[in-house]
Amino acid sequence: MLYLGPQKAKKTEDNAISTNWQQYYLQQAAQLKQPLLQQFYAKGMLAGHTPISQVPLVAIDFETTGFNPTDNGIVSIGLVPFNLQYIASSKARQWLLKPRFQLSDASVTVHRITHSEISNAPDLNSILPELLALLAGKVAVVHYRQIERPFFNAAITARLGEGMLFPLIDTLELEARLHRAKPLNWWDKVRRRQHVSIRLDASRNRYNLPPYQPHHAVTDAIASAELLQAQIAHRFSPDTPVSELWC
Amino acid sequence: MEIEQIEILAFLQRHSPFQELPAEQLHQVALSIDIGYFKAGTTILRFNDPLHALHLIRSGAVETFRRNGDLYNRLSEGGIFGEQGLLRGAKVRFPATALEDTLIYFIPGEVFQQLFDDNEFFADYVEVGDSERRKTTKAARQAQSNLLSSTVSSLLNREPVSIGSNATVWQAAELMTEQNVSSLLILHHASEPALNGTLAGIITDKDIRARLVAPGLKSETPVIDIMSPDPITIDQQQYIFEAMTLMLRYNLHHLPVLKQRHPVGVIAISDIIRYESQHSLFVVSRIFRQQTVAELQALTTDVQACFVRMVNEDANSQMIGSAMAAIGRSVKQRLLELAETALGPPPVPYCFLALGSMARDEQLILTDQDNALILDNRFEPALHDSYFQQLAQFVSDGLAACGYTYCTGKIMATNPEWRQPLTVWQQYFRSWIEQPTAERLLHSSIFFDIDGVWGQTQWAEQLQQLVSSTARRKPLFLASMTRNALSRTPPLGFFKDFVMEQDGKHNNSLNIKRRGTAPFVDLIRIHALAIGSEASNSFNRLKDITDAAVLPKGRAEDLRDAFEVIAMTRIRHQAAALQQGLEPDNNVLPEQLSEFERKHLKEAFQVLSNAQKFLKFHFKA
Repeated sequence: MLYLGPQKAKKTEDNAISTNWQQYYLQQAAQLKQPLLQQFYAKGMLAGHTPISQVPLVAIDFETTGFNPTDNGIVSIGLVPFNLQYIASSKARQWLLKPRFQLSDASVTVHRITHSEISNAPDLNSILPELLALLAGKVAVVHYRQIERPFFNAAITARLGEGMLFPLIDTLELEARLHRAKPLNWWDKVRRRQHVSIRLDASRNRYNLPPYQPHHAVTDAIASAELLQAQIAHRFSPDTPVSELWC
Repeated sequence: MEIEQIEILAFLQRHSPFQELPAEQLHQVALSIDIGYFKAGTTILRFNDPLHALHLIRSGAVETFRRNGDLYNRLSEGGIFGEQGLLRGAKVRFPATALEDTLIYFIPGEVFQQLFDDNEFFADYVEVGDSERRKTTKAARQAQSNLLSSTVSSLLNREPVSIGSNATVWQAAELMTEQNVSSLLILHHASEPALNGTLAGIITDKDIRARLVAPGLKSETPVIDIMSPDPITIDQQQYIFEAMTLMLRYNLHHLPVLKQRHPVGVIAISDIIRYESQHSLFVVSRIFRQQTVAELQALTTDVQACFVRMVNEDANSQMIGSAMAAIGRSVKQRLLELAETALGPPPVPYCFLALGSMARDEQLILTDQDNALILDNRFEPALHDSYFQQLAQFVSDGLAACGYTYCTGKIMATNPEWRQPLTVWQQYFRSWIEQPTAERLLHSSIFFDIDGVWGQTQWAEQLQQLVSSTARRKPLFLASMTRNALSRTPPLGFFKDFVMEQDGKHNNSLNIKRRGTAPFVDLIRIHALAIGSEASNSFNRLKDITDAAVLPKGRAEDLRDAFEVIAMTRIRHQAAALQQGLEPDNNVLPEQLSEFERKHLKEAFQVLSNAQKFLKFHFKA
């Protein structure tokens, strides 16, 4: 997870699909030409009214070379399947990838993945079948979707000529609903009141989750999974329809 | 790509019993873990549900409960639960609830079982009430200390040198010179077929000097005239530490070793000192060479050093307790010798008594002097009491100077109530046993641990027999003793750096004597009295209790192990204070205990607590 504030990311396809992901999957399966993508969408998606307790989830996190998906790439993907009871960290996966863009020194300092480490790493293309199989039929969970969604879409488009979207539950957005519902008014600004931080670690802290070392893809994915379990336990319920959470 | 669970691994590396695992195994454990979040107040485990994983608290706090809803344990970060259910049929035994928002690491049952089977430390840490396993580990620990694990037979390196009981001292001395030995066993002569070859006595160089040469007897004197008849012996199967205890207790320099009643060797003090680097035997022999109270007082630091060394060399509590009691007893004996030198011989015979921990051979470094005097029945207060009053005062002041503080309950021979003729003592005991009330017995339980230290020690044995033959038939007495024994209860365990009480309240420190060893000793004493045991040491009493089979099977062994855990915690606490130059006390702070000690202590307290419930039910208190 690489998060430096919402102003740096472009709002792209985010609102393109309302919340009828089930129908979108059917359409995609029929329209797309790439067999890999066809298979992915053919697995289908749960209806929006499905209670969150019945939804198979998968937390993902990307480490990237920068913030803009048009000229930055993915260097690492962490993934952990889970549901409301168990975070299957024992089934977690992590890939180191060789991006098609230069690794900047600034990003090396953030995620500590070096040039030499990725020089022998595979291209996203070669792990795609495996990755898509792990994501198919599940609802993905991220902290701050403006990285994972556009980066994934851009990387797939570059490789397969067709883009792809899938539903995401964004734990940052769930925090923002609570803490950013109202903009700061002039009185708050006079008093130099700060927004409550909705960054991953600060959010976790509000639910008494322990601090973790950031910018390690699997650890960040687990951290988001734990945060979602905590958010559901405190603010929603196992019966909350998934449509109230995904976007 | 090979996955790295860096956070999980780092957490495991900070907590027992995981941090002790080999690196490779720990890595595998980290990769096997799944995670779950529980909001404060939610149920984590329900009674009797299937259980698939060991639960490790990553953050937060958890309470576990008994089936009846009583609080069983409260655990925080690094705490584990569910192990008992996994070890017994993979069903939840102690339901669990999140006390705070809690993150749990689930370690799969198969991985747990593998760790339990492969790793001694891990198994020892997690197993509860599995006495078989606990004994194995204990035995493994004992193997490190030769003194505790080796039998007397391993000390024997030559055939015993012996001579028939019809020999003269001259012949004996010749044989001793020829064989270059300092002691000689005297065997019953063949003329008595039943006794043929069995031990009649022993003589030493010192006996020849003191009993033949000094009084000017002829060298043709029969050896039986100067030998020590029927000496104290030990069986070759007994442990070296038991030999040491005997030699300390009776200040012996030579101890004949028997095999099926026939002598197979002699242990000399030097044989044991090779093993016994802490020199408690040296301390005892030095006590008897001191000429004044001030000189005895100067030995206090030696006694403390001896205590610390025994602890560091992994001696068990029975060994330490009996060595310290032997030292204390020797100090008393020497003080009485000095008192008689100063005051002249006693006007009537007497017996000086040790009570409480010294009588039980469970003395530690920090101890009250509990003593009393039994006087001959011809005692007339007007004529004799001033002598015994002075004698008692001399000994009591001397003991206080040597670090044995005055008894706050005034159970000392300086108190006229406890300086009485044998008949009065017999009345005391009869009235305690026959007209008991909990109030009357509150301060007298100490008299049921009794040992004659000096003088007519057979009187102490007579009182002991009076107790052991009558007490067991007096349910009211046993019930009253039980009521007092239950007034002190153990805590439930520990939570963070607090002592947790049965009701979940917290305290900062634990008086390990009042809440641990003392109620344990009380409990064991009542069972011992109920079966007419004549033993006074708690471990020996437990042996008698085991033999009498009055407790459910295996329970007495569990009591022994739990008592040892609590006693050693107290001993180590005091040794640590001495090593840091602090005044030893009984107040243990939870932060001084390792996770391992806490867990074992908690289990030991549980055993004690259950045993107290059994006692209450059994004696209808």
